[in-house]
Amino acid sequence: MNAEQFLYHEARLLDTQQLEAWLELFTDDATYWVPLEKDQREPLETSSIIHDDRTLLELRVKQARHPRAHARLPLARTVHQVGNVMVEEGKDELKVHSTLQVVEYRNDKQRVFGALVEHRLRPANGSFKIAHKRVDLVNSEGELDGIAILF
Amino acid sequence: MLVQPDRVHRSVYADPAIFDLEMERIFGRAWLVLGHESQVRNVGDYFTTRMGREPVIVSRKNKEDVAVLVNRCAHRGSLVCAEGRGNTERFVCPYHGWSYDTAGTLQAVPFASGYEKDKLPKGLKAVPRVSVYRGFIFASLADTGPGLEEFLGPARASFDDFVDRAPGGELEVAGGVFKHAYNGNWKLMLENHLDGAHPAWVHASSVAVARNAPDPGKPGEEHYSDIAVRQMRQNGAPDAVWEAIGMWTTPRGHGYMGDYHDDSRLVTGLGNPVFDLYRKKLIEEKGEAEADRILRVTLWNTIVYPNCSFMSQFRQLRIIHPLAVDRSVVYTYSFRMKNAPPAMFRDTVAFANVVNGTGSWVLTDDLEVYERIQHGLSSGAVDWVYVGRGHGRDVQEKNGASRGATGTSEIFIRAQMRAWLDYMSA
Repeated sequence: MNAEQFLYHEARLLDTQQLEAWLELFTDDATYWVPLEKDQREPLETSSIIHDDRTLLELRVKQARHPRAHARLPLARTVHQVGNVMVEEGKDELKVHSTLQVVEYRNDKQRVFGALVEHRLRPANGSFKIAHKRVDLVNSEGELDGIAILF
Repeated sequence: MLVQPDRVHRSVYADPAIFDLEMERIFGRAWLVLGHESQVRNVGDYFTTRMGREPVIVSRKNKEDVAVLVNRCAHRGSLVCAEGRGNTERFVCPYHGWSYDTAGTLQAVPFASGYEKDKLPKGLKAVPRVSVYRGFIFASLADTGPGLEEFLGPARASFDDFVDRAPGGELEVAGGVFKHAYNGNWKLMLENHLDGAHPAWVHASSVAVARNAPDPGKPGEEHYSDIAVRQMRQNGAPDAVWEAIGMWTTPRGHGYMGDYHDDSRLVTGLGNPVFDLYRKKLIEEKGEAEADRILRVTLWNTIVYPNCSFMSQFRQLRIIHPLAVDRSVVYTYSFRMKNAPPAMFRDTVAFANVVNGTGSWVLTDDLEVYERIQHGLSSGAVDWVYVGRGHGRDVQEKNGASRGATGTSEIFIRAQMRAWLDYMSA
């Protein structure tokens, strides 16, 4: 699978709510980051909409399956539309830039997110593992209703 | 009567006409928390915010004083200052170039010969009363009313705790601002933050997943995830813990919660070498007895009615902006203790992410429930909201505060509604 196909595969897992399989795409030392600020340089001195290590990311997936996860019951239906995929070859990892549009629908409300995305991918068994994913929402600094989906 | 001793009429949350009156009589009169002096440290520094529905500019007009100006050109009404923050000598209207100094005084008008000079407005409307308590900036849109210290009453202690914990009293707003919105009335947030009976239900899912997460590391061996895990687990404290906490209210509707959380809940908390260094700094400055007294204060949320909720111990502050009867947005701020070890601020940021983050496991469930309440209260089939838990068993304290008979008493809602009634019927 090439990197572009891998990104489509990842999006498909999210859109078909195969969250456990999606989580398995990440390495044990992975970080998953949705910055709060434009051009945010680091996640430790400035807050983030999401900044998870693998432990915390797993809690998100498990919460989504809990019978009293009020903001996640029902889970939102989504379409993750991946575009403008650009691959930068590196020594041990690929850096992949892409754009992402997400349409989210839940409880009679629909909204749209747009984001610039960066993946760092490590080759593994003919496919890849995600070592780092950064999702810069275009409205990250704006007034946002709660976000209970994964990008 | 819409507000009775142990119940509130649903229209208080759902009627747009009542909302309009609230903006005039509550947000138009009360002292509102606007921010902190560190946001306007140098002359010319400014930031924009709202007082109820009024757009305002908070501006450092000179070394001593902060001005709060209605962000509306005296000419044709445009915002003179785009949303945000910065430093300037002049606010220049983008429409016809009228310019104002940082105190709001009109300085220059293009095509000036076309106006009768004595009819020109003097400047931007200044908010009449501005006051600062221990670095926190307040303003009131009313010309007269109780002074700030009288307004705060016993709730001053929470601000004191916030500042006393910082070596040298040095605090600064840092680390980004979450702006989370929900389709619900502004009061729902203020009524939730002191409610010890809700976490077991609203946060059941995040409590459950955190309980099954790896245990937090010992001091010096902590993981990044520990703060989130600890905080989510804490929401699942046994009923006896919630019943035993202190729950106080003041005559103006403020409230605060104590004895719930101590410094061991932070990664660099009790027993950690970084925390020991921090404690040493406090001792050097204040002596051991005073430092230990300060660190023994375990306040959790404080509500400053009607627009603010903060956590002094963990340096979080939330300001609520009502947008409509069924729409609100909350701006959340973190504070850095400038003279404390830098690692402590990293804990504050991680803590903000789990408590106030727009994508948090915890907050998203609160927002969901606010929306469900609003939905339910829009129904005219049932009139009353029942707030009677602990009613008739409140304890009067010497300092003017009242204490709930137990930690889960709904005394804080009853106190807010009593203040609401005072403002609305005055």
